Amino acid sequence: MSNPATHATVHEAHHELGFVRTYIFSTDHKMIARQFLFLGLFMMVIGGLLAMVVRWQLAWPETPVAGLGWLLTETEGVLPPEAYNMAFTMHATIMIFFVIMPILAGAFGNFCIPLMIGARDMAFPRLNMLSIWAAFLSGGVMLAGFFVPQGHAASGWTAYAPLSAVATYQGVNWGQNLWLISLFILTISSLMGAINYITTVINMRAPGMTFFRMPLVVWSLFITAILLLLALPVLMSATAMLLFDRTLGTHWFLPEGGGEPLLWQHLFWFFGHPEVYILILPAMGMASEILPVFARKPIFGYRAMVYSMLAICFLSWMVYGHHMFVSGMDPRVGMAFTLTTMVIAVPSAIKTFNWLGTLWGGNIRFTVPMLNALAFVAMFVIGGLSGVFMASTPVDIFIQDTYFIVAHIHYVVFGGSIFGAFAAIYFWFPKMFGRMLNPTLGHLHFWPTFVFFNLTFFPQHIVGVGGMMRRIYNPMQYEFLQHLQWWNVFITWSAFALGLAQIFFVINFFWSLFAGKKAPLNPWQSNTLEWIAPSPPPHLNWGDRIPTVYRGPYEYSSPEVAEDWFPQNRSLPARAAARH
Amino acid sequence: MLSWWLPENVSTFGQEIDFLFELIYWITGGVFVLVAVAMLAFLVMYRHREGRRARYTHGNTPVEIVWTVVPTLILVVLTALSIPTWARIKMQLPQTDLKIEVMAKQFNWIVTYPGPDGKFGTDDDKTFDNEVHVPVGKPVVLVLKAKDVIHSVFLPNLRFKQDAVPGREILAWFEATKPGKYEMPCAELCGFGHSGMRGWLFVHTPADYQKWVKEQWPSS
Repeated sequence: MSNPATHATVHEAHHELGFVRTYIFSTDHKMIARQFLFLGLFMMVIGGLLAMVVRWQLAWPETPVAGLGWLLTETEGVLPPEAYNMAFTMHATIMIFFVIMPILAGAFGNFCIPLMIGARDMAFPRLNMLSIWAAFLSGGVMLAGFFVPQGHAASGWTAYAPLSAVATYQGVNWGQNLWLISLFILTISSLMGAINYITTVINMRAPGMTFFRMPLVVWSLFITAILLLLALPVLMSATAMLLFDRTLGTHWFLPEGGGEPLLWQHLFWFFGHPEVYILILPAMGMASEILPVFARKPIFGYRAMVYSMLAICFLSWMVYGHHMFVSGMDPRVGMAFTLTTMVIAVPSAIKTFNWLGTLWGGNIRFTVPMLNALAFVAMFVIGGLSGVFMASTPVDIFIQDTYFIVAHIHYVVFGGSIFGAFAAIYFWFPKMFGRMLNPTLGHLHFWPTFVFFNLTFFPQHIVGVGGMMRRIYNPMQYEFLQHLQWWNVFITWSAFALGLAQIFFVINFFWSLFAGKKAPLNPWQSNTLEWIAPSPPPHLNWGDRIPTVYRGPYEYSSPEVAEDWFPQNRSLPARAAARH
Repeated sequence: MLSWWLPENVSTFGQEIDFLFELIYWITGGVFVLVAVAMLAFLVMYRHREGRRARYTHGNTPVEIVWTVVPTLILVVLTALSIPTWARIKMQLPQTDLKIEVMAKQFNWIVTYPGPDGKFGTDDDKTFDNEVHVPVGKPVVLVLKAKDVIHSVFLPNLRFKQDAVPGREILAWFEATKPGKYEMPCAELCGFGHSGMRGWLFVHTPADYQKWVKEQWPSS
């Protein structure tokens, strides 16, 4: 195929950039990827600590939180209910919008797409730079909310109106305003990224890189970008409308002025359900990338993997009503959403079986990225299966707004997205930073994380089935929850252990960044294009020549070659002669 | 086994919900065991060995068709089983002369009975804080309203949950099968006092209920 990028920038390939151009005004997709990664990891510390505070309160309600005495001086360390509501609201907001999205879509979207399709950079490098700046600005505004009087938003990450629409109902004024402004800016950032990803994938693939030779992680990020492009304007409008209700006196969501509280839920979930797939699709792509490399086998059912992601992309617009079964939405509509919600499980099932098919007959190497990718598959299965309970409307009547939902969402976004993110970090770190992560520390991080993740979140199914509502400050206020309290204590200890296990990751990350073993070009003997670039790749990636692609990305253990991998850009003499 | 943890069911439609819960539990549990066993077996059988070469295959169309069609059928059947129950609970309001208004506000349930004349807004209406009294074995219709923010009436033992939305009047029903005192928490985050916003549902025997009515409306 013809590609203008092939020749256009060849003469620019060798040059040095100054400090400011390299680290601040950088338009290099790899630097922007690193910036997104650092943003996400920094925010993960905050989001994780907030989760610990929430867990303390649920296990030992209204006792002084260890280590928070200096902050909560008036109550001598006891968390008041307003602060508790703020803690879980901001835990979810930060983890979803400032950890998973920046790491999966922001960092790895930026890093993987150009390198894996053989482009020199994104289609719009300056737009890309603007995107990370907007993300930093948005993150700054979000963090500023912690320091305003009355504290940060405390209406849940879903910010249901009218609670979120009237300051006196919530007791929070500028916190919620800043929350809305921050998300508004973040949607602009993500939209710029999405347009860039879509354009880059469509226009800038290297010669020979047809759509069906693209690595599945590129497919997943491409489809994620389409979802972002279509979903975020809805969130953007909704946040603007809510902000106007709060500050300008409009009544979009307030019945006293003719508004409709459920309109917020329709807008929010019309964005929110595709958002769930925005969080999980890149992780699915990463697992699809990493499993073949370490099973030394082609991915099972490549086309089925692509079509199932497209099916998810399409169906994700038609399922959002399942968040609203008991909201007062017309129950007849609920029936239609039951069917679509059940059906969207099918593409996920196909993907799971294809991952298993990929392992079948392999020659599996248990590296740290592989362990995380396998954990992703196993945990995603649990998260997917628990979703079937909610799809069944009658069952959802009972489990809606209980810890069963909390368990489900964490199996999907922690068990799924975060294990996917860890897999991706362990896998691409050598290419990103030119050094290997330490595998011993990697194992020390993975095993406790995997064990304590399950000990933290599996019992939440049980307390949910017991009827424990989410977002309650003190379960001991309810007689029917008394007998479940020991589970809450157990979950909290597990959560603390899960949090502590992350220290191994932090140590590994920073130690390896500066002192890790130098990474070879292709440490995992992988086929895809990023591994032929130097580690880390220079500005514009490819030196003089853009690679030419001759085959699909998963030709492992091919009978055509002696080694068990067959890079996408390697030409066989006979084949190459036949083609040109 | 997860259903061991379900609170005791005391409503007519509750057993249908519990049946679906149990059914989905066994189906998803079975699928999970199959997937987990297959995965562990593959991980052990096909672990790295010097000199081993992985099987070079890109897929298997008949197998892929099977594992697409079978889950689809199971899920469509689950939909077909769910919808009649859903329709019965949320779409078919039973005929009854017992209507109770529950007005939710931060952070209480204001419960109003129409009194002997059966009409709301008349002098014999009577209002209670956080207390609902109903007889066993009789359908009860709740008229749900909300004054400020969204709340949600949750009766775990009756498998009942319905949001109360400001500006709307939502009708919902249940029929209790066993006398007793059951907790009625709010299940939708409604502000700093959300936790602890709860009332009690008193399910009386018919005789006790008549006695309670006599106490409240002695003149009639």
